[in-house]
Amino acid sequence: MSDVAAYEPPPSKPLGLGARLHCWWTIFRIALEERLAYRGDFALGTLMRFLPVITQIFLWWAIFESVSGGSDSGRMVGYSFHDMIAYYLLSMLGRAFSSMPGLASNVSKQIRDGEIKKYLIQPIDMIGFLWLARAAHKVAYYTVSTLPFALLFFLCRGYFTQGWPDPSVLLAFVISLLLAFALGFLMDLCIGLIGFWFLEVSSLLFVYMLLNFFLSGHMFPLDLLPSPWNEIVQFLPFKYLAYFPAAVFLGKVPADQLWFEIGLEFAWLIVLIVAARVLYARGLRRYSGYGG
Amino acid sequence: MTEGTTNPEANRPTNRLSYLRVFATFARNSLVRDMMFRANFVIEAVSSIAWSIMNVGFYWIIFEHTNSIGAQTGWGRSEFFIFMGTTWIINSLVQAFFMPNSEEFSELIRTGGLDFALLKPIDTQFLISLRKVNWSSLINLVVGAVLIGLSIYDLSHRAESPWRFEPFILILYPFYICCGVAVLYSLMICLAATSVWLGRNQTLYDFWFYITNFSRYPMEIYSRGWGLPLYFIFTFVIPVLVVVNVPARLLAQPLTPRADWEWPLAGFTIVATIASLLFSRWVFNRSLLAYRSASS
Repeated sequence: MSDVAAYEPPPSKPLGLGARLHCWWTIFRIALEERLAYRGDFALGTLMRFLPVITQIFLWWAIFESVSGGSDSGRMVGYSFHDMIAYYLLSMLGRAFSSMPGLASNVSKQIRDGEIKKYLIQPIDMIGFLWLARAAHKVAYYTVSTLPFALLFFLCRGYFTQGWPDPSVLLAFVISLLLAFALGFLMDLCIGLIGFWFLEVSSLLFVYMLLNFFLSGHMFPLDLLPSPWNEIVQFLPFKYLAYFPAAVFLGKVPADQLWFEIGLEFAWLIVLIVAARVLYARGLRRYSGYGG
Repeated sequence: MTEGTTNPEANRPTNRLSYLRVFATFARNSLVRDMMFRANFVIEAVSSIAWSIMNVGFYWIIFEHTNSIGAQTGWGRSEFFIFMGTTWIINSLVQAFFMPNSEEFSELIRTGGLDFALLKPIDTQFLISLRKVNWSSLINLVVGAVLIGLSIYDLSHRAESPWRFEPFILILYPFYICCGVAVLYSLMICLAATSVWLGRNQTLYDFWFYITNFSRYPMEIYSRGWGLPLYFIFTFVIPVLVVVNVPARLLAQPLTPRADWEWPLAGFTIVATIASLLFSRWVFNRSLLAYRSASS
């Protein structure tokens, strides 16, 4: 019988860092390969997605024409026509980091189908697994879409009238993009985890998407909102998904507040990590593993 | 179809009346199906209303900062809302009647299920195009009509050059809505038919969305600089710009007196509609000729 005890799987002793990193790397690689299998369709799809940019350029052109009465100097809450297009392009980039198609609905589906049992019986943390899989999907997405994006930004370079920002601002921009990924992931995950209580979250998800679309600044700079609202959105985490990175790049965030704002974003990150962990732990206690 | 068993001749839809009856059956079946999932129907209705309200909100904010889209074009807030309502009406008609069917058409080609459609004693394009009706998409038609109603009320009560009712609009507006739907339908069925040659064509559907994206704004915004080639391509080659612009202009009267190119454009739209329909018919037939039944 003592031989049998020797076959006990390792979880009794904590995994070494090397083994853990190896595990993470494997998850990451599998997800990456899965994504790159359809790269042709992927690249074409990305190019297609740029077609609405043309419409947006002409739409804002026409809007600004009547703001300025024909001249080029017209401004809308501090944005010139060129700024507006630059903002639109940058917010697209932000969305490329923060949007998580299918994450929340997948999580709630796995809860409903009892599929999350597989995380409970394997020594893998579900949130960590989903995180790595998403990160890999995003990396696959960027490798394929870097060229189309670079082409788009090159063609539209004339709209960036102030040129490249300072290195410190650029650094803040990169950090804000990475945090946009993290916040987008965690917010979607939390909505999905609510599935432990409601089972069907699609209508909740819809409300979330609607708020997200409007309050993240995806459609227009949040400064355009009328008076009480432009204050309110500054206190919500949605703005970090699209508005904030673009505003940083365009120098709309004053230099003395820049790092304070990044700090606030980190605070939101911690709040959301705690929220996701609490939801997951509480949810598992309710979970009864139907189906599967 | 119990009456068909008594008279086999009535079962063969050879005249226009029987085509109508077949369509009525399709529509009824789809409604029965939709009503089986009533909660889902309500959710879809509520969500499309919510999206619409959000869109109105977006442009409301834009019009807080500007008074028209394009200088001297006359597309002020209420005029543009009429334009937007028209877009919704046309899109909802296309989505209700043709979208689910076109999607299924490429699927039928891929799986070889088209064999069964070819065997039926009825025009294949008719069968493929109208088999299902997605009733919940028609909610947006109602939302669009409400938005147009409110905007017209607003326009006819303003002090300077109020909106005035012209009787011919009662005929021309629905007529040009139908033209617009026909142009979009032709485009969609052409794209779906290409899956005979290309196999799977998910990206082509995206293409459809992005092309029709051009039709959502007043066409004047493209008539400048490097927009001019687009303006001509999307008017004369792929006529998506006339789809919404013509009926919306006729109803909203952004300029008084009307611009001198409005009526020629309206005339051209009729030509474009007929040409689109004929072209789509040709592409459809070509695709059937190239069809090799798969996996059966």
